[in-house]
Amino acid sequence: MAEVKDYQSDAEIQWCPGCPNFGILQAFKKAFVELQSPPHELCLISGIGQAAKLPHYLKCNLFNGLHGRAIPVALGVHVANPTLTTIVVTGDGDCYGEGGNHFIHALRRNPDITVVVHNNEIYALTKGQASPTTPYGEKRTLQVHGVDITPLNMPAIAILHGCGFVARGFAGEGDHLKNILVRAVKHRGLSYVDVIQPCITWGTHPVSWYKERVYKLADDYDETDQRGALDTALITGEKIPIGILYEGPSQTIFGRRFREEVTEEALTTLGSPDTENIRQILSKFRPAKD
Amino acid sequence: MEDINVVIAGSAGEGVQTIGDILAEVVSAQGYAVFSWKEYESRIRGGQNSYSIRIGENPKNAPLTGADVLLCLNKGAVKKYKPLIKEGGILVAQEAEEEEMIAVPLTDIAKEEIGDKVYANTVALGVLIAVLGMELDRLKKVLENRFSAKGDQVIQDNQAAAEKGFQRADQDCKDRCPWTLPKRDETFYLVSGNEAIPLAAAFSGCRFMAAYPMTPSTGIITFLTKEQERLGVFTEQAEDEIAAINMVIGASYAGVRAMTATSGGGFALMVEGISLAGMTETPIVLVLAQRPGPATGLPTRTAQGDLLFAVNAGHGEFPKLVLAPSDAKDAFHKTIRAFNLSDKYQIPVIILTDQLLADAHFSIKDFDLDKAHPETHLADPSGIEKYGRYQEAQGGISARLHPGQSHHLVCVDSDEHDQKGHITEDLAQTAKGMAEKRMAKYQGLRKEVSPPEETGLDEAGTVLIGWGSSRGAILEATDLFKGEGKDVGMIHFTELWPLPDYTFPPNKDYWTVESNLSGQLARLLRSEYDLKIKGTLSRYDGLPLTAEYIRRTFNG
Repeated sequence: MAEVKDYQSDAEIQWCPGCPNFGILQAFKKAFVELQSPPHELCLISGIGQAAKLPHYLKCNLFNGLHGRAIPVALGVHVANPTLTTIVVTGDGDCYGEGGNHFIHALRRNPDITVVVHNNEIYALTKGQASPTTPYGEKRTLQVHGVDITPLNMPAIAILHGCGFVARGFAGEGDHLKNILVRAVKHRGLSYVDVIQPCITWGTHPVSWYKERVYKLADDYDETDQRGALDTALITGEKIPIGILYEGPSQTIFGRRFREEVTEEALTTLGSPDTENIRQILSKFRPAKD
Repeated sequence: MEDINVVIAGSAGEGVQTIGDILAEVVSAQGYAVFSWKEYESRIRGGQNSYSIRIGENPKNAPLTGADVLLCLNKGAVKKYKPLIKEGGILVAQEAEEEEMIAVPLTDIAKEEIGDKVYANTVALGVLIAVLGMELDRLKKVLENRFSAKGDQVIQDNQAAAEKGFQRADQDCKDRCPWTLPKRDETFYLVSGNEAIPLAAAFSGCRFMAAYPMTPSTGIITFLTKEQERLGVFTEQAEDEIAAINMVIGASYAGVRAMTATSGGGFALMVEGISLAGMTETPIVLVLAQRPGPATGLPTRTAQGDLLFAVNAGHGEFPKLVLAPSDAKDAFHKTIRAFNLSDKYQIPVIILTDQLLADAHFSIKDFDLDKAHPETHLADPSGIEKYGRYQEAQGGISARLHPGQSHHLVCVDSDEHDQKGHITEDLAQTAKGMAEKRMAKYQGLRKEVSPPEETGLDEAGTVLIGWGSSRGAILEATDLFKGEGKDVGMIHFTELWPLPDYTFPPNKDYWTVESNLSGQLARLLRSEYDLKIKGTLSRYDGLPLTAEYIRRTFNG
């Protein structure tokens, strides 16, 4: 039986003391305990930002790549070896800003991976500039007159584009978040979790401000109602619903045709093709003699 | 025999490509070495394009200046391409304008005698067969194979159209066309760079390719996708080049050989990813098919303008390998080498091609498959007790495992990292040591790099130095110079970074020959070998170097 300590890394944690990221880290560990995932079957992919450091603080395989580019790396990993549990750990700047294009196309591809976005509505590691989710009018270190463009609502966009699993968690509700993560990993197809993670250094509001505003979706909330989910995702500001906003039937999962028609084996197990195949293809390039 | 150059010209959509492909196949099947290349505008319909087919007894895989036979499908083509006709050459067109022409109303014959103008191209093929002094049977057989899926009627109509064209031209040709191409007992593969490279990649065990469509590189991923059932390569059209290279890096990290291909603008977007592959020590193979820039440039034309860009691509310092194959066969073997060395040294490898090498078809006697050996270098986890992805190792090459292969965790980081792959800020020990470890790989790599090819250096007072796809043209130019009584040698590079240990023979006049304006190879050789170079014979109008172009430029 795996325990929380089995996912403990010895890397030094670089987050600010008291950062809500610690709550997300703990939720991950507890989720892996519940899933009984062996560390060597976990593959966490991240980009750049405070969130992207999280894989270092877990015991798992990890690829900490470029700013914004975690999703394409994860796609490559997942296609190469679908037996791994591939999870992208990213932030609002990383995923919605620099990597927004990849997120949009991940919705179209529907790969069987999980994307967890630490959403702190700010660029924390570069000292407090606005992110794509910073509310209109809020001042940031670069937006000294207040943000004058509208924030993105990615959960709403994801639901609109048929993402099969869309959830919003809160770093201050660890067990609730853990339950979301467990179901996200189990879901076949793209699972997307936006986690509210107040920034205690650069953010406008303290953690308590968010605590007063988040509420858990009611037990009778219909997770399978896409239109209802869209309405729920559009609730922002003074009231912030958290929970699984939508879980629906998955569309075709990325790479299915290849697995069905070419090979079901993980690409990592295949090696080189038979030289005879190469000779056969090559012979097509030699015009037929009599 | 002297080589014959046939040029087919017309608007996009008129059938230039079809006529050219079929004629190349017919002549090749007749036992001749064919080199074909095309120049075309960046549009799907209209404009004026040409397809050149060089025919000879032995493969001379280089384009020629001038046309022995020019077939023009419309009046605009006549106007644009007529200056190409050599002395004694023949112009074939639909309408008679001048005495020396062979006029055959291809479209009218197709419409009136076969019943559909779509057969005009096959009428044209019949004409060309007569002009070249071949028997019609060979063409008929090729048509039968080509249209076998479309039924007997289509085959018969095509064969009838070919016959009409042949008969019509045969009388006109008698006195004017000196060429004959009797059957020969030779066979050649007729392969383009964009066919040789993906085939070699699959042969090397490449199982993943992601790319964003960009001329002239797109043929590579198209080939692997069409042959997916037999080759088992997963292919993905990425949303952009940044995604493409990051997908490739992800697949390679996960333990699969992976590649991408692009051209200048897309390569620019991939540069950060190349640096990522360098830092994380992830093997990747990237084909950069050059076209003239800057920016969008001339999308369908050829150039060698990205040599220094490729050599210097990526922020920070890390080892990489840059290869530039000279023809389709070399591209096949260099691609295998790219995968092997990328894997062995855990580095990005760039294969530099260009529109000429990508699209042209080369005659190749044999691919020497027996001499090609894919080698893999993944470590065996069973012998490893404690694992760190970046553990100190001989020559800077740490044991590479892939995630899920064993209980060992594989942690890699684009941040500077420690031996386990975790972020570090320890400067004096860890950061400095890691920089040295990565760059130490150059020591081994430099020893693997092949020296340039040398031709005729002993007698030569003047030596032309080239790189990549211009080899055939430069080699042929040295023959032209010999005919003028000049001894000119050649030194040709196909492995360009790191440059090999090499000593240039003293007391020669060195010139580089390059499809760029600024002489990028010359700059590289001056800085790396301190070589004195008299100048560069440049071509930068988007068309490929030819022997005649080199001769004229050199003679001023």
